[in-house]
Amino acid sequence: MKKALLTGAAVLASVMSVGAHAERDYISIVGSSTVYPFSTVVAERFGKSTNFRTPKVESTGSGGGLKLFCSGVGDATPDITNASRAIKQSEIDLCAENGVKDIIEVTIGFDGIAFANSTESPQLKLTLKDMYLALAKMVPATDGSETLVENPYKTWKDVNPALPNKKIEVLGPPPTSGTRDAFAELAMEGGCKTFPFIKAMKKTDKSKYKAVCHAVREDGAYIEAGENDNLIVQKLVANPDAFGIFGFSFLEQNEDKVQGSVVNGKLPTFDNIAEGAYPISRSLYFYVKKAHVGVIPGIEEYLAEFTSERAMGEDGYLADKGMIPLTEDAYNEVVSAVKSLKPMAVK
Amino acid sequence: MTNTSMTTREKVEHSMKRRRAAESRFRLYGMASVLFGLLCLVVLFGDILSKGGSAFTQTFIETEIQLDGDYLGLDASSSDQDVRNANFSGLVKKHFRAMVNPDGRKERRQLYSLISAGAAWQLQSEVIADRSLIGSSLRIDLLADDDVDQWFKHDRGHEGEHSRLSELQLQWLNTWVDEGALKTRFNTRFFTNGDSREPELAGIHGAIKGTFLTLLVTFLLSFPIGVAAAIYLEEFAPKNKITEFVEININNLAAVPSITFGLLGLAIFINIFGVARSTPLVGGLVLTLMTLPTIIISGRAAIKAVPPSIREAAFGLGASKMQVVFHHVLPLALPGMLTGTIIGMAQALGETAPLLMIGMVAFVVDVPGFINDPSTVLPVQIFLWSDSPERAFTERTSGAIIVLLGFLIVMNTAAVMLRRRLERRW
Repeated sequence: MKKALLTGAAVLASVMSVGAHAERDYISIVGSSTVYPFSTVVAERFGKSTNFRTPKVESTGSGGGLKLFCSGVGDATPDITNASRAIKQSEIDLCAENGVKDIIEVTIGFDGIAFANSTESPQLKLTLKDMYLALAKMVPATDGSETLVENPYKTWKDVNPALPNKKIEVLGPPPTSGTRDAFAELAMEGGCKTFPFIKAMKKTDKSKYKAVCHAVREDGAYIEAGENDNLIVQKLVANPDAFGIFGFSFLEQNEDKVQGSVVNGKLPTFDNIAEGAYPISRSLYFYVKKAHVGVIPGIEEYLAEFTSERAMGEDGYLADKGMIPLTEDAYNEVVSAVKSLKPMAVK
Repeated sequence: MTNTSMTTREKVEHSMKRRRAAESRFRLYGMASVLFGLLCLVVLFGDILSKGGSAFTQTFIETEIQLDGDYLGLDASSSDQDVRNANFSGLVKKHFRAMVNPDGRKERRQLYSLISAGAAWQLQSEVIADRSLIGSSLRIDLLADDDVDQWFKHDRGHEGEHSRLSELQLQWLNTWVDEGALKTRFNTRFFTNGDSREPELAGIHGAIKGTFLTLLVTFLLSFPIGVAAAIYLEEFAPKNKITEFVEININNLAAVPSITFGLLGLAIFINIFGVARSTPLVGGLVLTLMTLPTIIISGRAAIKAVPPSIREAAFGLGASKMQVVFHHVLPLALPGMLTGTIIGMAQALGETAPLLMIGMVAFVVDVPGFINDPSTVLPVQIFLWSDSPERAFTERTSGAIIVLLGFLIVMNTAAVMLRRRLERRW
């Protein structure tokens, strides 16, 4: 018994040291759950077509990923982080503080955010202003005066007489999600800006402007449905009166069950998002730690695979997975920047 | 005797009916709650089995493909790296193009989307295994794309207008069905592959191996530590304020939400000791923290159940304290301890929350070989698949749940059997 315990302890101690000090020979990727489906496809193909090990991809969210990424240099920290928004100045500062100096930014494409309902219900034609009025916490008073009141609208018809007389019921992601950030910024703020007095607020009181435009109502009309977009799709099927907010790739995969609403006259289709005509779309990125290139094997080759025509190009396999590719000029720029490993300009 | 006052016997008889009624009511309540529990279980199992059963079959397209050495740029002496670089996916595309003659780029794309990206890898691995295939024609079942798989298994015959396949694609597929080329087979890849972003290639081998390694670390750590702690606290420790405090806190630990252990693991094992993220080693360490209280508590209960007469008899024959504990008490308490350990391990098997913090919620394709390779575990795999956009992952999610439930049932049955077989009553 004693002997067994002792050997067990010895084995464990040696294993611990192996685990702690082994050089990492695979790429470690963290970051956004929106970029995760695309990043994983590239990682898998890269692993299959080269002699390098398949990179490990973690889904931590954009903010969580950048925090890990900026925690330092060395094989305990990730090499690449995915983000569904651009890196913030505060994050660049954090990186610099921890010795992460040269960061290569790669824009990979666009993602559209769909405002969808069940195909059993009629398709809605909305404007960003309708969305803002239906979902914001504070909206301009109905009497036309320049005051803000608690959102009084109960049905879509209250918001805009052209819309159906149905209760406002929207399922969407929680505040921790990048999709929610992007929705607040692009859709809510886009609609909010159409009121001149709120727009004027941006210059005088920026934080109040942001609070007014980004705050989502909390009286039950907006339901936080968690980060699982499949769950939202299932709930929309079960409840044809409800609407859901989720990424374009989920809309594309479930075309037979749900339909995207027309926003500002544009449907969330592949072409409309690629042209920038659909208003609720955002860029997707990943960031590479230049100090790790050449230390962790395979980073340059992974970048080459990701930015290759067959992956990121117009007919590439990422487009098949629902990512909207860059325009040709932007694509060529990205390819040349990646080839020369050009780091971001530091402000 | 008058009617106004009753004898005791009459009183008892009078109340009998009411008391019997109360008893049968209570039985009914009890039966209803058991039935409700069973019903929930039946609904859950029925739902998962009906959804997940189809994950165990996979659609293939049987075809005879010419492995053109000139096109691939390969010959019998090519190295493995050459074979990896060869354009097998182009060969597959060319083959199917010749079969149905699509017209224009758009139709070609529609055709290509019917065949899995894995088809090229199938050919690649065939050639890596046997170089003499180059130049010959090979009869092989190529993997169909997940959309085709879903259509063939579920939607064929009643396509709605919103089907993900176009008229033309359905036309091609129906000719293949008529020719008998399209068929389903047992989905061995589901058990031999690691994770993949293509549902038809995704498997649970990596997750099962990761689970095994993680639980191995957990067991190797938590069993000796838990048993030692239980023995010390029960047999050797003085009964005073300090041991009482420790005892209360072990009971508290058993009730701490599991995500807290993940945070602790992140702070201590990863940030301070520098253990690599996403490995079974760090996962096992965190799950050890989680299972320890369960093992200690059940271990102490098992030691307590050993009758004092056994101890006294051993002392009476001149055994030392150490001998009493290790020769008599421990062997008798071990079955109970093992049962507690198995239940603790079964709990650990179902955990995802603490693993989220230490990077085990990750996309890992390569099957882990040892405890310092990146890996995931089964429940995490289920979580990741449930969040994937591709429809075909829904049934794979349920398929993985069936496997996980299978493991849990086996472990819990083992615990019950062990208790039955080794338990001694005094």
